[in-house]
Amino acid sequence: MATKSRRLSLKERGLTNFEAMMWIFTRLSALAIYGLILVGLIGALIMGAREQMNLADVMRWAFMPNEYHVQSTDVPDLAPWASVFWKLTASALLLVATAHGVHGLVVIADDYIAGKFGRNFVRFLSIVMMIGVSIMGLYILWV
Amino acid sequence: MGLKRNVSLSAGLGYKGPAGYLTFILHRIGGLGMAIFITVHILASFIGGRFGGTLNGIYQNWAFQIFIFFCVLFHAINGLRITILDLIPKLQDYQREAIWIEYAVFIPLFALSVYVIASTAMGG
Repeated sequence: MATKSRRLSLKERGLTNFEAMMWIFTRLSALAIYGLILVGLIGALIMGAREQMNLADVMRWAFMPNEYHVQSTDVPDLAPWASVFWKLTASALLLVATAHGVHGLVVIADDYIAGKFGRNFVRFLSIVMMIGVSIMGLYILWV
Repeated sequence: MGLKRNVSLSAGLGYKGPAGYLTFILHRIGGLGMAIFITVHILASFIGGRFGGTLNGIYQNWAFQIFIFFCVLFHAINGLRITILDLIPKLQDYQREAIWIEYAVFIPLFALSVYVIASTAMGG
């Protein structure tokens, strides 16, 4: 039985409830994060990172393309690194990663907190955390 | 109503399952590590000033960088395995082989990163 149900196609499994939606969201957002990090990495190389930055700084930029992350490098002009394109890329990465991460925390908490009140409390906290971190992150990126 | 657990927490932590269990627990540690690091980092950058600067200074430490890079790299590579196998269910039959490939990618990449971080910290 168990081996059979594992081999059901995505369509046959049905994605009707919230848990199933979040299950597929976690997978797809992981792919999206991979894509956004690749965009950051390739963009840094195009903007001259090969000569002006070390590996650690390139990784720091790729994981969050924000101009503060290249301030301490040999990059002569920060302007191309602070363009609207990079702000939008960084915002997308921030929002997707925050949703992915906060849902991950809820999944972990659910393994240890089984009571109804506890689970509702964790969900409330997670929503507060997600909105709070998203707003603070966007403020840092844009203001 | 709540779910009933039929093993104690200590028994759960002592469980030594096959390869999949190690990746599961490391994925969890990596995810938690990143969630805590990124939340504190965003909070510190938002607060700014001396307190925020002190908090962000922790992240310059090479030992911390090795730890957080372990979290990031393992979570990313293990997450890619989970994503590929879940989105292509036929591949679930090759779970064990996928985990071997995962370690074959993770160990060299992480070793290289530790070398780069350590040699930068030593002033090389």
